[in-house]
Amino acid sequence: MKHLEEYRNADIAARYLDDIHKVVTRPWSIMEICGGQTHSLVRNGIIELLPQSINMVHGPGCPVCVTPVAIIDKAIHLSRMSRVVLCSFGDMLRVPGTRESLLSAKAAGADVRLVYSPLDVVQLAKKSPGSKFVFLAAGFETTAPANALALIQAEKLGLDNFYVLSAQVLVPPAMELLLSDADTQVDGFLAAGHVCAITGYMAYLPLARQHQVPIVITGFEVLDLLLGILHCVRQLEHGEAEVANQYARVVKPNGNSQAREWMARVFEVSDREWRGIGTIPQSGLEPSIKYRRFDANFAFAMANVPAETSHSCIAGQILKGMKKPGDCASFRKECTPLHPLGAPMVSSEGACAAYFNYAKISS
Amino acid sequence: MCLAIPGKIVAIEYAEDPVFSKARVSFDGIMREISIAAVPSAQVGQYVLVHVGMAISIIDEEEALITLGYFKRLNK
Ligand code: SF4
Repeated sequence: MKHLEEYRNADIAARYLDDIHKVVTRPWSIMEICGGQTHSLVRNGIIELLPQSINMVHGPGCPVCVTPVAIIDKAIHLSRMSRVVLCSFGDMLRVPGTRESLLSAKAAGADVRLVYSPLDVVQLAKKSPGSKFVFLAAGFETTAPANALALIQAEKLGLDNFYVLSAQVLVPPAMELLLSDADTQVDGFLAAGHVCAITGYMAYLPLARQHQVPIVITGFEVLDLLLGILHCVRQLEHGEAEVANQYARVVKPNGNSQAREWMARVFEVSDREWRGIGTIPQSGLEPSIKYRRFDANFAFAMANVPAETSHSCIAGQILKGMKKPGDCASFRKECTPLHPLGAPMVSSEGACAAYFNYAKISS
Repeated sequence: MCLAIPGKIVAIEYAEDPVFSKARVSFDGIMREISIAAVPSAQVGQYVLVHVGMAISIIDEEEALITLGYFKRLNK
């Protein structure tokens, strides 16, 4: 992108930081929802440059991190079936299940494949009618449209060997939960820019009003994040609670209506367990009745293995912004990206991995 | 996971059924074929934001410039 470099310009960033320092008079906690933003904040050292009175709290916005152990266990179970090919995004393959990850199942002979896009799995299924392809579909509203499109394409191609195991989650119900949780102290939000590229931001208007919090839709580059924080702090200092769009070059008020139409056609909203957080009502997406024949939960016999998470992992508190990675006794010790105990250490967008890889002072 | 990267549309291949329409997109010179089914009005030469093999938004150049201009105005 022509202007991408400008969004990383150090001189403008320095002036922005200066503006933030000038505006702040009191302590504020600001939560970035999206793991991609956590990653960018930590990698670029932004957190250390902000005024001390601004506490950046890292939110639950990493679909890989919140995928429950039970779904990983199911995916592993499927991958061991004969003629089944289990496909997913790279990070999902490393998430620990109760006993192992998909990657270790692969090492033990299961047919597990890393893919870049759900649409690639449709093509694989078309080329190999003798195998059954299961796509472990993680993702927020950003990713759900591509997953929906894959199902629509599979239907149009008449495929009977393509399935989805859904681990899809929705952002606004999680924000609602955090705002209603007395343990979570968040004064303002940076909302996830790429989720809003699909959903638009009308859904945030009632949240901002009801809970009296400013919500600023923000991008991922250094200047996007600084501008998002500046807009948020300005509102907080003035006692305002508006929804603002810092990321107008990508996010339209109504988002992408074509993508939402597919989501509504293919998926239905369901209650969903978030790893470490618990069940959040109406926060997941599953194939709707019309698309049920593509739903791996219905197409395959599933063993009901009781799922267990590591006891020392405090991922739930990390994902709710109550603790930082350095507060976990296992951080950098038993838990590292090579031997993750919990999902926030697996995904590069998980707070634990971001701090492990980039932060100097966090431990 | 919501990582999405901007690329420039170099060529469009419209399919009879628009859910199969594709484009060749250049990411700083690296070419990839992606779906443009979610951005049916996309044109050759425009920048799109691509996530897991599908364009999710057409990047508004004017807004990109306004945001950058706003940085400069604010900081004069
Ligand atoms: S450092 Fe590891 S064990 Fe601790 S919360 Fe993060 S993922 Fe869990």
